[in-house]
Amino acid sequence: MSLLEIKNLHVNVAGHEILKGIDLTVNAGEIHSIMGPNGSGKSTLAQVLSRREAYQVTEGQILFNGKDLLEMKPEEAACEGVFMAFQYPVEIPGIGNTYFLRSSLNAIRKYRGQDEMDAMDFLPMFREKLKLLEMDDKLVNRSVNEGFSGGEKKRNEILQMAILEPKLAILDETDSGLDIDALRIVAKGVNSMRSPERGMLLVTHYQRLLDYIVPDFVHVLVDGRIVRSGGPGLALELEEKGYGSMEAEARQTAPASA
Amino acid sequence: MTTAIQNVENYLGSFTDFEKTASGRELPWLRTLRAEAFARFCETGFPTTHDEDWRFTNVSTIARAQFALEGKLASVNASELKKWRMEAAVAELVFVDGQFVRELSVMGNLADSISALSLKEEITNPGTFLEAHLGRYLNIQRDPFSAMNTAFAEDGAFVHVGRGTVLEAPIHLLFVSTTADAPRMVHPRNLLIFEKESQATVIEEYVSLGGGTVLCNSATELVAEENAAVSHYMIEREHVEAFNISTLRIQQDRNANVSSHSLLLGGGLVRNNVHPVLAGEGGECLINGLFVGDGKQHLDNYMHVEHAAPHCSSRQFYNGILDGHSHGVFHGRIVVHKDAQKTDAKQTNRNLLLSDDAQIDTKPQLEIYADDVKCTHGATIGQIEENALFYLRSRGIDEVSARRFLLRAFAGECVDRMKPGPAREHAENLIHDHILAVANHLPAKPKTKGKQTKRRLEEVK
Repeated sequence: MSLLEIKNLHVNVAGHEILKGIDLTVNAGEIHSIMGPNGSGKSTLAQVLSRREAYQVTEGQILFNGKDLLEMKPEEAACEGVFMAFQYPVEIPGIGNTYFLRSSLNAIRKYRGQDEMDAMDFLPMFREKLKLLEMDDKLVNRSVNEGFSGGEKKRNEILQMAILEPKLAILDETDSGLDIDALRIVAKGVNSMRSPERGMLLVTHYQRLLDYIVPDFVHVLVDGRIVRSGGPGLALELEEKGYGSMEAEARQTAPASA
Repeated sequence: MTTAIQNVENYLGSFTDFEKTASGRELPWLRTLRAEAFARFCETGFPTTHDEDWRFTNVSTIARAQFALEGKLASVNASELKKWRMEAAVAELVFVDGQFVRELSVMGNLADSISALSLKEEITNPGTFLEAHLGRYLNIQRDPFSAMNTAFAEDGAFVHVGRGTVLEAPIHLLFVSTTADAPRMVHPRNLLIFEKESQATVIEEYVSLGGGTVLCNSATELVAEENAAVSHYMIEREHVEAFNISTLRIQQDRNANVSSHSLLLGGGLVRNNVHPVLAGEGGECLINGLFVGDGKQHLDNYMHVEHAAPHCSSRQFYNGILDGHSHGVFHGRIVVHKDAQKTDAKQTNRNLLLSDDAQIDTKPQLEIYADDVKCTHGATIGQIEENALFYLRSRGIDEVSARRFLLRAFAGECVDRMKPGPAREHAENLIHDHILAVANHLPAKPKTKGKQTKRRLEEVK
């Protein structure tokens, strides 16, 4: 059984069809990269997988560990093991970072029938992960993402991922806006989480991220469809030729009605 | 208006009876104070929504009811009060339907420089402070409810903290209302005096033991002398049929620092008047509040901050959470007198509307007669941030818990402004429990969808 199976997924946002039939299978232990130009539907795919309600699935199916993902609420998907690193992490004033993360971890543990973790057990683990992401201890006591720089927010997402240890991690343009130092740190955090039990989906616009996190598969998404799939070499080809050639190909192969 | 006159007549009988038996009737000054206040009340009658100060709050249901003073004291068992007791309090004065009950109170072991007793006792055996302060600050000309309170002023709390005395633990004033078979009115009157360089915290808390039509019309005069540091809490937790009108009139001398914290969690129709006058240079005043409404609750906060001396600062922060068909009001009036140069006044009112039927009216009103001042104000009205809710849920936190998180964070802004200590803990626990209940009401999905009502009020200069 595959970790994630997406079959013929069609998604509408505000009456417009954004995804026009996506098929994708991710097995545990694999890293897939979804690349594509702006507006191709990359983020929509990530949002649907994390169960954002504003997206309307008109056709198709998503199975996560054999369960119907589209039947799940966002919190259920998270508890089942889906994690999305947000493109734009939300600032939540008044909720402490540590408290939030421990509540999140405990919600997931509870769902899985595990004991909740108290602050004494949680903090050492938290500090260790902070170190991995080279994050300042001061961030521990601040409100969730409040006053964080862009890079700190993205690192905070990976920190959450490192603590929650999901089965499927979706990184939605985590590399956008990062300088090379921050990118290295983020990549180090992500690479440390590569494991035979875990699948990852890297949604990105730029090939640069893939220099640091080498995927097993690359898919090119254009106008709501996957137009090419291949190995890591495909990303390099894209870097050389740009999305233009793929877009032209997509137009040729698309049904006449499109 | 005819209705107003008819109703005032209804109070004439109550007042005539009251005058004959009230404690302190033999004190000429007190007799005059009451009589003049009653005359003023008769002149004005109840306010209507044509009155600018009462534009958003219709008190015609109060005006129409035939309220009477309670004759005999209801018997209340000490065990019934258990849930409202505050163990950390240094003294706990209990009032049942407005009357002080010594047997239910905890008088504490107070130093000689501190008095915490009933106003009635103080009136019966007056010290030097009573005549000098009682009725001296409250504006009975402008506010009919204050006039009515003064007319019937007899019982309540009398707190006096002597010069340089620092009181670490709070004084708890617990006002309990029992079941009312017929419409009952009570007019608690509190006089709180903090001498030079003293420091103390007083909590006024209003609760219900039973239902019925009750009007609690309280008034508190709080005097903070030079360099005194005072925290005052007003906590309204009565049942949802209760009418609660409260007025806190603060008189601040030079360099005095007063914090007023209001917590409106209960009551049907609630009017919370806070009126500080910064009368000496260098005074600082924090006016902090949280109101949480549901059902058909009407929670009105009327602030009137008067800067009467130079170099004073005032900060108003009120947060409102409104669910169901509740209606909130925030009226923030700042008056800067001619000589109050270098005034620094700030006002912020933030509101969360949790249902389509909840309503908030927020209105700043700045009257500035000095020319070198800093006055700012702002108001926001919004809903629970959908993005934040989704963010929390995407981390495994269920919807109800996520709402609870966000509501607590919003309410927590008010808690953060309270000085750490037992009073703050008390307030925090009450807020916490109340928010739990509010968060459990998930909004009806289709109603909120696709409707963005977040707007920022225009800034009025």
